[in-house]
Amino acid sequence: MNPAGAQGGSALSPSLVSSPRLGDWLEFAADTVFVRTGKVELGQGIRTALAQIAADELDVELGRIEVASANTSSAPDEGFTSGSLSVQHSGAALRQVCAEARILALGAAATMLGVAKSELSLANGRFAAASGEVNYWNLPMAELLDSHATGAALPKDPGDLRFVGTSIRRIDLLAKLTGSARYITDLRLPGQVFARVVRPPGRSARLVALDTTSARALPDVVAVIVEGSFIAAVAQREEVALAAARLLTDSARWQVSETLPDESDLVTFLTGATAESQVLLAKGEQTEGAQGKASYTATYSRPFLAHGSIAPSSAVAWWHDGLLAVWTHSQGIFPLRAGLAEALNLAESSITVTHVDGAGCYGHNAADDAAYDAALLAIRLPDQPVQVVWSRADELRWSPLGPAMRVQLSADLDPSGHIRSWRHEVWSNGHTSRPGAGRETPAFSSYSLQNRVPLPVASDPPLARGGGSGRNSVPGYEFPNVEVVTNRLTEMPIRTSALRALGAHLNVFAIESFMDELAKAVGVDPLAFRLDQLHDPRGRRVLLAAAERAQWGSAPIAPDYGRGIGYARYKGTGAYCAVVADVEATNVLRVRRLTIAVDVGLVINPDGVENQIEGGAIQATSWTLKERVRFDRSGVTSDSWESYPILTFSEVPMVDVIILPADGQPSLGAGEAAMGPTAAAIGNALAATLGVRVRDLPLTPEAIVAAIEA
Amino acid sequence: MPEDFRFRVNGESHEVNCEPETPLLYVLRNDLGLLGTRFGCGEGSCGACNVLLGDDCVHSCDTPMSVVGDREVTTVEGLGSASEPGVLAEAFDREQAGQCGYCLSGILVTTTGLLRRVPRPDESQVRVALDGNLCRCGSHNRIVRAVLAAAADSRDVSASGELG
Repeated sequence: MNPAGAQGGSALSPSLVSSPRLGDWLEFAADTVFVRTGKVELGQGIRTALAQIAADELDVELGRIEVASANTSSAPDEGFTSGSLSVQHSGAALRQVCAEARILALGAAATMLGVAKSELSLANGRFAAASGEVNYWNLPMAELLDSHATGAALPKDPGDLRFVGTSIRRIDLLAKLTGSARYITDLRLPGQVFARVVRPPGRSARLVALDTTSARALPDVVAVIVEGSFIAAVAQREEVALAAARLLTDSARWQVSETLPDESDLVTFLTGATAESQVLLAKGEQTEGAQGKASYTATYSRPFLAHGSIAPSSAVAWWHDGLLAVWTHSQGIFPLRAGLAEALNLAESSITVTHVDGAGCYGHNAADDAAYDAALLAIRLPDQPVQVVWSRADELRWSPLGPAMRVQLSADLDPSGHIRSWRHEVWSNGHTSRPGAGRETPAFSSYSLQNRVPLPVASDPPLARGGGSGRNSVPGYEFPNVEVVTNRLTEMPIRTSALRALGAHLNVFAIESFMDELAKAVGVDPLAFRLDQLHDPRGRRVLLAAAERAQWGSAPIAPDYGRGIGYARYKGTGAYCAVVADVEATNVLRVRRLTIAVDVGLVINPDGVENQIEGGAIQATSWTLKERVRFDRSGVTSDSWESYPILTFSEVPMVDVIILPADGQPSLGAGEAAMGPTAAAIGNALAATLGVRVRDLPLTPEAIVAAIEA
Repeated sequence: MPEDFRFRVNGESHEVNCEPETPLLYVLRNDLGLLGTRFGCGEGSCGACNVLLGDDCVHSCDTPMSVVGDREVTTVEGLGSASEPGVLAEAFDREQAGQCGYCLSGILVTTTGLLRRVPRPDESQVRVALDGNLCRCGSHNRIVRAVLAAAADSRDVSASGELG
């Protein structure tokens, strides 16, 4: 092939616009290509996918690529690793960077060998001509890469790619299977001490009295730090920090206030709280039942949901010579640095934040909170690295939660049985309260305790960036008249932030449930009803593929079995996903099989996509069947795996994933696409089997019995 | 009062001095540097910290040092290394059974215990054995396939061993 690639320009990825210098992304040293990325490994396999992309565009062996841990002093600033955008943004940027690096190296190699560029061939990192050869590591790559991306080099055609499109095994998995992988909780710096934070019994509790004598008296205790309502124990030994924290918990006296809503009546809370309303779409006019064949309305809801990472959050910080070093599993090392600088009144230039793998986070959990805990304690205890690990109970009680939501849908049909007008209204707390610069108060749990100030109220990203409460609230179907309204709560008694898929989970559950209800009302098969009103060929393709594989239309395999379907294009701009659920439903709902078809455009690693889709569908099954954060008027009470159960091995359905060919389309992220369609397919399968519609998640035995009796 | 404990881990003898109620987990991780055993909940309800005590699978987070005695402790590090992975780790890698990987140490230990008791488990036995191990990424089905494949591999190995 011609290593010079084609001429012409391409639009730069957002990641490359903000970090255009090629040398910020790539370094050639020690026969290795070091790839730097601002996106972080969250268990999604991004390191492997990026290595595949770089190896192909540079024409080097995969084994020579090393994807470095993200660090604020050397990585490009790519904001957050969220929204299923890592392959889309970072992958596209890296592909462009590598294509430009290859062209620059080609020119330098030609000069060095005294031949024309066209006389060179490139394979395995070596530029060869009849007269001799050089490799990337013989060339002055640092000098060549000290320039900005121009967009002038065109990446290779998909047909010329060797690694992209193949199921390369995850480069980090074998270490994770043999205990040699190091997570954030495994960091052990010389002189490191262990800290535990003691948190209040309720959300608005104030510390009124604390006797620290017995905790301080334990051997190996380094310090007990109390500031405002923030309490921490620090010790040389981890189990001593835990023992000290228990003593402090026993001795602390709190003034507890009842500030939380009634968990059994979330509708009153969601529709009664102050809110900021926004019309996301107004197309045509609303007929409100006046002119149509019939008028329908229904409301759907979900409770607050927990991220439920298997590891509680953790961080290490070290304050030394006026510089703060922080190790974290945060999704955004640069925004975290900005948030820490603001909260601790430090210059950003005196803080370094390094990403270390944590357990899967599925959104904004307590990772950033733990980083603030460690930073605060490190500054109080100079020259000693401090590791903070949250307890399981605190992770479930105090980390941000996925907001409870309510959706009201109404529709009119025309005489042919198609939807003429459609109205979607959402009530929800905001879906993001990540730390960063410019919040009214720093968004760290312990900052709020320490300074006795409320946490900033969660906001929503604009719809152009995927939206929050309104994510996937605009239907993908062709309805002539559509109105979409969001009501984002401006009071936040329970702290909320980003949970995988944000508002798309309930919005898609609601839309796809309502589509089934309308199909039933007009006596049309739910798949046919969707296809009639869905013009996007890629959407139709995933629906048909899932239906065919699941034998849609054939009789259920047993009397208590039934089948349902759900579909969405994630964010309206991302991956297409259709799910068929086969369930067994009596008064207990068991999901037996999920058949999923996805179109994620150009696939970097097919098994990686399958793993993300399958994992997302299983997690969504867990949310849909079981999950609900419990709370009383003062705080969250579901503080263990017993009180916040998640899906177990015996309850997990079989999952069959079909990945449709890209047909020349660019890559789309896979991590969140299955969440909404899975929930909807399960709800629709329940309705198909038992003839009852449960519109409020989760679909527990109590909810099903209540619906049967209603 | 701190006491001296002599015990065996992955075939090696160790001696530590600690309070008798110190959970085995912290001794493994902080005194012995065996960081592959993970802290998940500290309440014995997620399985991330599972180790074998003799042939019994226990939660190291709520197993005090005072009950370890002379039973051999097996951690994930005792099942193989990245350069020489055990049969289970190889099968998990082939199936790409994992995402974030945090639950995997406990799952490999639990399934090692299962295969010692039941060398030829069926799928439902594997699932039930793993019901105490939580996985949040949704790698369950891959994990089950990997365990069944490893059990089949072990049979092949022992069968050829008998023939040889």
